Amino acid sequence: MQSNRRVFLKGSLAASAVGIAVGAGLLTPRAVFAAWPEAAFKAKSVADALTAVMGSGAITESADVSVKAPDIAENGAVVPVTVEGKAAAEAVAILVEGNEMPLVCNYALTGAAAYLSTRIKMGKTSNVIGVMKTGGKLLAAKKEVKVTIGGCGG
Amino acid sequence: MAGSIKIRASLSGDMAEVKCLITHPMEPGNRKDKTTGADIAPKFITEISADVGGKTVIAGNMSAAVSKNPYLSFKAPAKAGDKVVVKWTDTTGESDSAEAAIA
Repeated sequence: MQSNRRVFLKGSLAASAVGIAVGAGLLTPRAVFAAWPEAAFKAKSVADALTAVMGSGAITESADVSVKAPDIAENGAVVPVTVEGKAAAEAVAILVEGNEMPLVCNYALTGAAAYLSTRIKMGKTSNVIGVMKTGGKLLAAKKEVKVTIGGCGG
Repeated sequence: MAGSIKIRASLSGDMAEVKCLITHPMEPGNRKDKTTGADIAPKFITEISADVGGKTVIAGNMSAAVSKNPYLSFKAPAKAGDKVVVKWTDTTGESDSAEAAIA
């Protein structure tokens, strides 16, 4: 009996150690992607997200940047967005003001033209902001998209 | 996820327009399975980059707010026959890459 109890205790100790390791393991997928700017993507405001990813939250609305998106998106899960800049840009980002976490994507342009087209999810009707970093300045354009069915969560 | 990327690259003048379509669930991790009520684990692409003619022209990060089966289109200077290589990595560490020639 005694020895069985010892074995049982050892076994449960080992199991809990494994449990802790798995718990820690669950966190690693995020830690592995050190390059993924988690703070930027978790930021709750447009300015905070841009500060984390572009170094500044101050955007200037400019006619040199255009955002193409539908006026009404029937399905918020798939909203086609195109951002285009007149001048060459170093980086481009797309944000949605009304989303829980506004930053959708950001790209460093190292040779590609100031142009990006993609499809994004929107939770509700709000502004889509396209940001181009040109000569250290953040030029932006906004476009309101009306969403009939939200595409976040469900 | 081999074969998850489809690339179309067309040349107009000295600019190539590259369109990529990636088959990926882009699961944000905040949804529940409607029948079992279990949480659906997050799985979305976080990093994506593209090389044209051996040089990285665009590289960046995505969040789960990019639609399922992400579409990405960009323009870069290129010439006919240049190779386009697109690579992605997701939150579970899975990755894929594909290449195509500019026609």
